[in-house]
Amino acid sequence: MMEKKDDLPTRAKAVRRNILAMVSRSESAHVGTALSCADLLVALYFGVMRIDPKKPQWDERDRFLLSKGHGCSALYATLVERGYADTKILDGFCMDGGTLWGHATSKTMPGVEASTGSLGHGLPLGLGMAIANNKSKVFVLMGDGECDEGSVWEAALLAGHRGQDNLVAIIDYNKIQSLGSTREVLDLEPLAAKWKAMRWSVREVDGHDIAAVQKTLKKLPFHKGKPSLLIAHTTKGKGVSYMENSLDWHYKTPDKKQLKEALEEQE
Amino acid sequence: MRKTFVERLLTYAETDQRLHVVTGDLGYSVFEPFAARFEDKFINAGIAEQNMIGLSAGLALSGKVVFAYSITPFATARPFEQIRMDVGYHDLPVRIIGTGAGLSYGTLGPSHHGCEDLALMRAIPNMIVTAPADRFELGAIMDLSMKNPHPFYIRIGRSSEPDVHSAPPKLEIGKGIVVLDEGNDFAILACGNMVAGAKETAHLLAKKGIRGKVVSMPFVKPLDSEMVARLGTSMPLFTCEEHSIIGGLGSAVAETLADEGIRPPAFGRIALPDAFQKKVGKHAYLRQVNGLTPDDIAAKIERKIDGIGHRTTKKL
Repeated sequence: MMEKKDDLPTRAKAVRRNILAMVSRSESAHVGTALSCADLLVALYFGVMRIDPKKPQWDERDRFLLSKGHGCSALYATLVERGYADTKILDGFCMDGGTLWGHATSKTMPGVEASTGSLGHGLPLGLGMAIANNKSKVFVLMGDGECDEGSVWEAALLAGHRGQDNLVAIIDYNKIQSLGSTREVLDLEPLAAKWKAMRWSVREVDGHDIAAVQKTLKKLPFHKGKPSLLIAHTTKGKGVSYMENSLDWHYKTPDKKQLKEALEEQE
Repeated sequence: MRKTFVERLLTYAETDQRLHVVTGDLGYSVFEPFAARFEDKFINAGIAEQNMIGLSAGLALSGKVVFAYSITPFATARPFEQIRMDVGYHDLPVRIIGTGAGLSYGTLGPSHHGCEDLALMRAIPNMIVTAPADRFELGAIMDLSMKNPHPFYIRIGRSSEPDVHSAPPKLEIGKGIVVLDEGNDFAILACGNMVAGAKETAHLLAKKGIRGKVVSMPFVKPLDSEMVARLGTSMPLFTCEEHSIIGGLGSAVAETLADEGIRPPAFGRIALPDAFQKKVGKHAYLRQVNGLTPDDIAAKIERKIDGIGHRTTKKL
């Protein structure tokens, strides 16, 4: 389904270049969150998920939900990189008269399975999809701040109770949310223990080590009869040195000079 | 508006021990001065709006006056049952602040557009539903809320909205306020971030010799039914809001007219369609797409008025 010896870090750089171009052109926010999950998306779409970009509605495909919908520039760029649509579609991201909103929206681009943007909706949606598609795996990527939402835990509890082992949750754990660090705002720790207590099988990984992510997700479920959670330790703004670990870049847009610097780092 | 909002909170907190502020992890570059000065009165509930409203109600049940803040749909639709059950049913002084009225969040898309909040909040008993037109009305509404025991919903913009008033107006709960009065050819009842546009609309129409009134209706509930009845019996009446055509100011006015048996010479509701936005764009662009620019509104009003021949002034 994909070429051999694909250089995935290079693909991740291409994805980052498109993210930066889209956000900068449209003067949009949320660039830090997109860069945080770019490597995870490349890992999933180039080797983990059973998909066919030419048949985005194939019944037996694995499903992916970007529950942290504000990171959608990363999803759109990854879908383009994977061949779901032409690069041109990205020109309409958050532009007047464009076609792509600043939160993941289904029916605006092939491969986007559901509309998100209000946090805490992806895991319940994913659970329903997992129940309905027992031949497929359903991957749900959530933010860490998103795990404040009660609906995440309602779905987690039921998925564990049912032993829904075709459901795979991934937490993009960059440890920064809207008003500060997750530790300051609402500490999630001990995060793995919480999910384990709800009968999930949990692994942790460096979310920017694409090979390590793929290796960890090679055999799913982690444990037969249990839903799987991958806690991916990440860096907000990863790949652009002046954006890394900065709350400001949840809101700011790079100006021309900053964009040039950021793009140079992707060469 | 958000600057006025936090300045008022700082003023109240100086003298009123009851005041508490709760946020759903939002308000970057808004709450910092408050959080620094009144750390013990500021609670970030995290991205967890149901808990935010529930705990606000708990504070209010213990004698506090609470301002609870999030983006419009997350302040209203997400914790709707907590607002109904915990805040409304107990009739508590919780002030729910929805930021990003209507389409203010532009390209962030329908998940962040606040187009059903007035409808939802109107349906909750005890709730006073407000949509201030500018920072002056917001300040006046917040002042009124500090002396009122009932729940409030306050719909605010995203950042710097134009002033409608030149000085703080005197507001009364349930009363509209005439912001422009040039004649009796028509009256526009507008609320929130459309009042400024309604005034511009009236100026455009005046250039064509059609002179009317613009009334700011910061209280969508209780509605100024006397104002509606008075204007509705004597001139074409229009409502104007950046909210769904269902359930907002236009609906409230239409219900009042129907209940009172009043049939204005012409009536029109200018609002958003019953649809999620499809065309992507920033706030100004989305207003164009939805016919909410002063030019569009003026054309609609002119067509309606010409259709019935209601002009007290001669056509230029």
